[in-house]
Amino acid sequence: MLSLFRSFPNFRKHIQVCHKLDTFDTCLFEIKSYNKYLVMKRRDFIRNSVGIGVLSGAAISMGKFSEMLAAENSLMQLPYDLVAIKGGEAAEMFDKGIASLGGMKQFVKPNQTVVIKPNIGWDAPPERAANTNPLLIGRIVEQCKMAGAKTVYVFDNTCSEWTRCYKSSGIEAAVKKAGGTMVTGSSESYYQAVDIKGGKSLKKAKVHELILESDVFINVPVLKNHGGTRLSVSMKNLMGVVWDREYWHSHDLQQCIADFTTFCKPDLIVVDAYRVLKRNGPRGVSVADVATMKYQLIGKDIVAIDAAATKVFGLEPRDVKHIMLAEQLGVGKSNIEAMKVNRITMGA
Amino acid sequence: MSQVHLKVIRVVISVISLLLISALFIDFRELIPTVWADRILFLQFVPSLIGFITLMAVATTGFIFILVLTAFFGRVYCSAICPLGVIQDVFSWIAKTTGLIKRYKFKKALDYLRYPVLVITVGSLIFGGLFVLNLLDPYSSFGRISSDIIRPGIVVANNGLAGILEKFKIYTLFRLNLDLITWRTALIPVITLAVIIWLSLFFGRLYCNTLCPVGTLLGFLSRVSLFRIKMDVSTCTKCGKCSFACKSNCINIKTLQVDHSRCVACYNCISVCPESSIRYERAFVRSGKTGIIDNSKRDFIGKTLIYGAALAGISRRVMGQEVKERPAGRIPIKKNHPVSPPGSVSLANFTGRCTACHLCVTACPTSVLQPSYLEYGFLGMSQPHMDYSTEYCNYECTKCGEVCPTGAILPLTVEDKKLTQTGKVCFILEKCIVYTDNTACGACSEHCPTQAVKMVPYKEVLTIPETQADICIGCGACEFACPVKPHTSIYVDGNKVHQVAKAPKIEELEVEHTEEFPF
Repeated sequence: MLSLFRSFPNFRKHIQVCHKLDTFDTCLFEIKSYNKYLVMKRRDFIRNSVGIGVLSGAAISMGKFSEMLAAENSLMQLPYDLVAIKGGEAAEMFDKGIASLGGMKQFVKPNQTVVIKPNIGWDAPPERAANTNPLLIGRIVEQCKMAGAKTVYVFDNTCSEWTRCYKSSGIEAAVKKAGGTMVTGSSESYYQAVDIKGGKSLKKAKVHELILESDVFINVPVLKNHGGTRLSVSMKNLMGVVWDREYWHSHDLQQCIADFTTFCKPDLIVVDAYRVLKRNGPRGVSVADVATMKYQLIGKDIVAIDAAATKVFGLEPRDVKHIMLAEQLGVGKSNIEAMKVNRITMGA
Repeated sequence: MSQVHLKVIRVVISVISLLLISALFIDFRELIPTVWADRILFLQFVPSLIGFITLMAVATTGFIFILVLTAFFGRVYCSAICPLGVIQDVFSWIAKTTGLIKRYKFKKALDYLRYPVLVITVGSLIFGGLFVLNLLDPYSSFGRISSDIIRPGIVVANNGLAGILEKFKIYTLFRLNLDLITWRTALIPVITLAVIIWLSLFFGRLYCNTLCPVGTLLGFLSRVSLFRIKMDVSTCTKCGKCSFACKSNCINIKTLQVDHSRCVACYNCISVCPESSIRYERAFVRSGKTGIIDNSKRDFIGKTLIYGAALAGISRRVMGQEVKERPAGRIPIKKNHPVSPPGSVSLANFTGRCTACHLCVTACPTSVLQPSYLEYGFLGMSQPHMDYSTEYCNYECTKCGEVCPTGAILPLTVEDKKLTQTGKVCFILEKCIVYTDNTACGACSEHCPTQAVKMVPYKEVLTIPETQADICIGCGACEFACPVKPHTSIYVDGNKVHQVAKAPKIEELEVEHTEEFPF
């Protein structure tokens, strides 16, 4: 690893700065932001059409850094693999849950940029449970801000007309109140083409630049029924950071959903299951489709958290094909029984 | 007393009205509330007239107001209220200041053109075809130019600026997609604009006095209006300045007479007259010349009436919504009718009342309302239709009906809109991805607001669409979302007459509550 450092003078300088800071964790985050900085750099290279030699060189170095990062990240121990909370209000459940993982500062360091990706797919009010609970999103933004985040961006590539989705979901208002920034997900120009190296069916995708460039990515799906894929949770929610998702539908949707998780790795996942759309999903027809379940799941392993959410919904992980496919790709583990799970029950 | 202030008043009013109407048509960020559309467009002659025929409501009496105004003050509509008239003045002003044209000259009225045009327009209107009116109506032409040419131009500028701000991580401006504009639908506004620019640069208000049916119609009234331009023979030195300044070429300096049918009350002549001998005054006596109607003219009008009626007859036959051949695809879909916007009642009602001003195209938040090409037939060209290849109709939105000035799209409450069936869903199983590829999809059902398209169990864990047309409202979400391209496997076939859809059935949800965590 040291030799790697030596071969990149800029990076070494960066690490020296990191050493002045106290914790090893902070240092890791600095490494990570440097990696993201490189992603940005790569984009600039492409834009400026620098020679192919330089480009491939950068790509190779990138690859090495990513591997290194994967190894380092697993060193960062959280007290639990998964936190499940039930019985409280959406925002309060999050406060309890994140506190049990050591607080938001475990995930967000001062002066970092954060991007939150809720489900804001539909022009429907919060009671319809087609979108993530606005109170939860507001609270997550607040927590990020309190942890010292420089900017907290929130966006979704919506299915209905986006300004109406942002408004009627209540998310725009909640985010603005909490000091976050709403960004459109409906302009193709914000999406950058990336390679999905680990994908079987999905090899390329155009991903929103905030996902590529932000230091911290928090995925906040709502648990709901889905006509095509049975269930929509964290993995399905990632379709909203992609522009060219029509391709997914025509090239084995379930496989594409799983493939994308090999590339897109949220730093934190919060599953909103306060109100759950039990049928006619993912859009729902009326409030009669909604059950108030008052659940929330917090974790990092996208397979584990989706598997747990499936059980909350009343199904088994094997019923939801993309969860199984993602596990096969080695993205995570669906065997919750073997994990350290913190179960919190709130209220009476 | 000098009357120079009249021109100032005219210019101020015309600029205000041009800015207001332009803002309405360019408003791509939905900043202007829809209620303002009615207020701003109240005085626009053609939409108000069509709206009156449709609705008979107080909100559509603007044209009566204009008629009265013209009877009193001449064609002030043309000089200060009509947006197309005002932009022509802008071009004329450019021509004057750049020296492109030095002076206007008196010319005889092109009666052989303007009366037939009016007769054909009215004739075809009576017989149910709006095609001619739509092409010539100044308000609608202006609407199309703003909505289809200027608005995209401004969006390009917006996108450029948004791109710069984006580099600084400022997302207040955002880019809008521009891929909806096609040359086929932009054809009419582009030609109109070219003609308008050419005419106004070199011939002043020639469009208003030959091609514009509203101008010709109001000309009948302005001929006998109470206030009009008069020349004082005793003080006039025949210097000719008024005639040179007249955009309508209607001041004859030799006979010292003004053709009031063509005068658009711009008051330019008043402001240039060194002797103040040209004035805007009450006229009790009709000037001799313009009052005479000779028989040849009558003959001519008679003939054109017959011609107009014949044309209208033709237009009615072509008006029918026949099946249109589409470019061959893998399996082409066969739509029997186009889809007209919710609130338009029926295809016949819509095509018979829409002047194609494209205000709804601008107002539509999803851009599903697009100018048509041949969807409604040749004579319905550029009347907006629901284009599900570009977008789909938002379930909760009723904007098009709220802004429509002619009543071609009637305003609906959200509740009524949700039960207004503009078309019905059609599903071709053999084309569906779940059927052909044995992979999951469900994009159609995912977007369906009423679950008229529902995913039902198929093989193993797969689900496949099942349709229920009676609860379908024809919003086109399924067709838009279907990944089978170019000819989708699910689509909406328009209803010739809109129907009332059944409300989606709402059943109680049975939920069993467990006290323990399920894992």
